[in-house]
Amino acid sequence: MTDFGYTTWILIIPFVTFLILSLFGMKLKGLPAGLTGTVALGLVTFLSYFTAITYFTGGGISGGSFQKIVAANAVWLNLSDHLHIDMGVLLDPISVMMLVVISTVSFMVHIYSLGYMKGEKGFERYYAFLSLFTFSMMGLVVATNIFQMYIFWELVGVSSYLLIGFYYDRPSAVAASKKAFIVTRFADMGFLVGILLLSFTTKTFDFVTLTDINGPAIASKGGAVFLGMSLMTWSMIFIFMGGAGKSAMFPLHIWLPDAMEGPTPVSALIHAATMVVAGVFLVARMFPVYYFAAPEALQIIAWVGAVSSLFAAIIALTQTDIKRVLAYSTISQIGYMIFSLGVSGYGGHDGLGFMASNWHLFNHAMFKALLFLGAGSVIHAVHSNDMKDMGGLRRYMPVTNITFLIACLTIAGVPPLSGFFSKDEILTAALHHNKILFAIEYAVAGLTAFYMFRLYFSVFHGVDRHYHHTPHESPATMTVPLVILAAGSVFAGFLPFSSLVTSDGVPFESHIEWGVAIPSVAIGLLGIGLAWVMYRKETTLPDRMTSLFRHSYKWAYNKFYIDEVYIFITKKVIFRHISHPVAWFDRHIVDGTMNGIAYVTQSVSSMIKGLQSGQLQKYGYVFISGVIALVIAFIYLVK
Amino acid sequence: MIMNSGIPLEFYLVLATVMFFTGIYGFLTRRNLITMLMSVELILNSVNINFMAFNRFLFPGKLEGHFFSLFVIAVAAAEAAVAIAIIINIYRRFTTINVEDVNQMKY
Repeated sequence: MTDFGYTTWILIIPFVTFLILSLFGMKLKGLPAGLTGTVALGLVTFLSYFTAITYFTGGGISGGSFQKIVAANAVWLNLSDHLHIDMGVLLDPISVMMLVVISTVSFMVHIYSLGYMKGEKGFERYYAFLSLFTFSMMGLVVATNIFQMYIFWELVGVSSYLLIGFYYDRPSAVAASKKAFIVTRFADMGFLVGILLLSFTTKTFDFVTLTDINGPAIASKGGAVFLGMSLMTWSMIFIFMGGAGKSAMFPLHIWLPDAMEGPTPVSALIHAATMVVAGVFLVARMFPVYYFAAPEALQIIAWVGAVSSLFAAIIALTQTDIKRVLAYSTISQIGYMIFSLGVSGYGGHDGLGFMASNWHLFNHAMFKALLFLGAGSVIHAVHSNDMKDMGGLRRYMPVTNITFLIACLTIAGVPPLSGFFSKDEILTAALHHNKILFAIEYAVAGLTAFYMFRLYFSVFHGVDRHYHHTPHESPATMTVPLVILAAGSVFAGFLPFSSLVTSDGVPFESHIEWGVAIPSVAIGLLGIGLAWVMYRKETTLPDRMTSLFRHSYKWAYNKFYIDEVYIFITKKVIFRHISHPVAWFDRHIVDGTMNGIAYVTQSVSSMIKGLQSGQLQKYGYVFISGVIALVIAFIYLVK
Repeated sequence: MIMNSGIPLEFYLVLATVMFFTGIYGFLTRRNLITMLMSVELILNSVNINFMAFNRFLFPGKLEGHFFSLFVIAVAAAEAAVAIAIIINIYRRFTTINVEDVNQMKY
């Protein structure tokens, strides 16, 4: 086995960069700060690729399968002899793959931001936050135990909060950052409860022990039964709640579309490619536990993923804000990945869903980052987020146009682009598992193709709008990352993923299932064709369709009123019937007792302070009365 | 009982008691600082009369009573000097010598 001790630098470098940029960023001023961050991230990217190549070409193989390697470990918090929280680096196929994904996208975003964020107020702050985020995300994926993961999980939440609220002078951005933080925090509460239950049943935090299929955790079969499910199942459901919050799964998805208030490269990095797939990563990391000890939880995961992907795809059809369409598309695609894990088996070809999910995660990171960065390029050119303000941009922005088209084709699953391969594997896994779920995901594939090309055609084709100035292609710092990511989305499909990332670490052969592939490509092309007819030229067709499906359109346009439901539940139910009485009790009973004591003391003292008048004559009067009383008492009473 | 002629001891004591309580009454009821000072002098003098009377009737030929009386007179003189100085200053400051109006340091 190779020594992977150097992988700790993958964590140290971004953290040190964060410290430098946040402490001395003001002195570096602008471009030098950005370059510092970018160069540091270049180093991290190099290290990550080096790790990946070493790991996959032999460094991680032992006995024909990929091993979990603990490259570094240190006891961080010693709770008792048996229970301690460690900090370390754990390398296995999924974490190594995530290192590549995160470093690639983060590096591209760093370069891209040099152009996109040029001249913005707080440029160095932005790069400091990006470094913090990269550090946290890297720490999350290489965590050796679930508690370390939880710590970094919260850290990515914080950096996401900071970056969404980057434009802190805009009330909408501030509201969005708070919303994201509160919703994910709420979900993380479930995660924490899950961790506590899990460590209670298994007596360990360690991933290697937890996911060992012959280990004590899985063998224990989950401890006591509560409401028809074992404690283990409950803990895994709670852990998934944390994952669903971070990955914006229905019904905890409401924060993600609002998170688009942040700068667009941030949306590409955090809210499309890396942080939001943390939930997928979490389920993948705990997969053996889910499969062997909590199959009911896995069933829930499959349904949540499927429902989210369908639901988000329908909303994406109606949105007109370019970034929101992409946000819903992200929810939909992450739904795919989560769903794919839910229908997966364990070991060999049964673990197809697991492999497909990670593959899709990898491809999605490339093409969705590309879509967001392309959208950023468009926004940079026309200074608007609204698709109604865009049209005919292909003449002005050739590079953006081509790369965006590639990304759209990839997400629509057109062969031989990467999306085709992973989506085919997902659908194959679904077909073997459950026909209803397969039907849902099949429909979503068509919807995806349609809404993406609706977006593409109405932005890059159609008629010109009134622009403030003629749109121009973005600078090279922005277009080069686009081209690199486009190359990634084209070629990622040819990676031999099934011999790299598998559920049990043993490589297997996977083939394209033509019986699934041909219909799924067909429905994708159908979606593209429909979009071509409806949106390529300005026609009245979309409006006619809208009025035809008036009611359902209105529902979808308003995101199925989920936000309103939340507001209703919080404001009308929780605030009114729980918080208000509690607040009343606090204000009147708890505070009232304290205030009452203070009031009594005060009034008594103001009553008796008159005695302390400072008037000698009153004192004399009292004194002499006392003397007389005593004299009388001694003379007549004491004999 | 060489010089025990004429006025008996009780007369002196009654006089002293009347003077004492007149002084107390004046001290407690008057608001004028000068009057209060005069009342205090009355009290002191009633004590002096007591000293002298007891000295004479109980320990004739001894001098302790006289000494105490002289002592009290000396202290009373000093006290009057200081008190009147204070009263004059109060009058300059507040243009009144009514004790109830001099209440800035109260509470």
